[in-house]
Amino acid sequence: MIAIIDYDAGNICSVVNLLNRLGAEWKLTADAAEINRASHIILPGVGNAAHVMGSLREHGLDLTVKGIRRPVLGICAGMQIMCSWSEEGDVACMDIFDCRVKLLEPKPEEKIPHMGWDSLGNMESKLFRGIPDGEMFYFVHSYYAPLCYDTAATCRFGASEPMFSAALHYENFYGVQFHPEKSGAAGEKLIKNFLAL
Amino acid sequence: MLAKRIIPCLDVKDGRTVKGVNFEGLKDVGDPVELGRRYAAEGADELVYLDISASREGRSTFLDLVGRVAAELNIPFTVGGGISTLQNAASLLDAGADKISVNSAAVANPDLISEIADVYGRQFVVVAIDARKGTDGVWRVTTHGGSRLTDLELFSWAEEACRRGAGEILFTSMNHDGTGNGYPLEVYERLAKLPVPVIASGGAGNASHIADVLEPGRADAALAASIFHYGRLSIMDVKNLLAERNIPVRL
Repeated sequence: MIAIIDYDAGNICSVVNLLNRLGAEWKLTADAAEINRASHIILPGVGNAAHVMGSLREHGLDLTVKGIRRPVLGICAGMQIMCSWSEEGDVACMDIFDCRVKLLEPKPEEKIPHMGWDSLGNMESKLFRGIPDGEMFYFVHSYYAPLCYDTAATCRFGASEPMFSAALHYENFYGVQFHPEKSGAAGEKLIKNFLAL
Repeated sequence: MLAKRIIPCLDVKDGRTVKGVNFEGLKDVGDPVELGRRYAAEGADELVYLDISASREGRSTFLDLVGRVAAELNIPFTVGGGISTLQNAASLLDAGADKISVNSAAVANPDLISEIADVYGRQFVVVAIDARKGTDGVWRVTTHGGSRLTDLELFSWAEEACRRGAGEILFTSMNHDGTGNGYPLEVYERLAKLPVPVIASGGAGNASHIADVLEPGRADAALAASIFHYGRLSIMDVKNLLAERNIPVRL
């Protein structure tokens, strides 16, 4: 059973719809015991990091998530609050991934938010098994995790440097900045890979 | 670097897909969910579903449809048509829409843009603008499918929409829509200076027209209906041409 962490973190129906299409069994829950019994845990997140992190703390779930020993996947803002800090609301986060989330800087050739399909490079994680280098995924974000020791895939904002972390991985924790649930067949493959961990 | 997006648009009336040439002579071209799924499989980057039902019953059918589309589709989709309140937008978000588009209602009540953007974020709000170039050379905004001319000037309205929280601008030239003669490229070159992505719509008759409007310094995405619905062109025909012309695209 997959636990989707229930903490008022915005719209989760696209994640639920994807799991349904894959025929996976899931439950939306804020119960620590139930979360700890799940085989896989998904931490969704849409919107402002400070709000999302505050909501997780209010539900007393930040320590629960940090303590999980099964595979955990944070999506979008869910990934960002697994980092150490976010500039969005100047908020201390869960400190699972060793990097600080920052606001994208405007580039003449790219607009903010970074929204649309963009290609990944340096894909180094079991999440990307069978997915070719350069595959495109769907992004919608204004803040980013810089490259760090935990970077598991990169993406470029604009034509020039710097790249940012499109995915992060540390032990049993995985995070993706893009939305696999909106990324067509490649996104479905990634979620299948996660569920096979 | 972001790929330029190809976005088929499906007009929906009372739960069925229709597309009229110049908004007249509507002709049924199928089930919206099936058609959407087919487009997604063929390489569409996003879809737009536009509700053109006039009745209350048609509107509630559309809301059910949005839920079914969200369940079936694995790419983002925008819904539009008849959204005039924050509550309308909220219902569509709850049903699973990734973005909503507002047109006439935003012209009548510009605060609607910020009301929706403040609650759900600007990435959720597409402002669609239909405009017509007058004999004096000025582009003026029209509403209600192009039938009503307003005093608003296109570029100042587009800038205001962005200031108020538009996350994307979808621009249709009523002089070009339905002609198949291509887009007004000079207009998209000016709109490209906006701080948000711009979607080109109305006028494409072949793949070259679409490639022309997606060249650097013009639009970020192209929306089309009839050329895809009637099988005159496949999405991959368009994307292959874009790739040949070194325009970034998802293949």
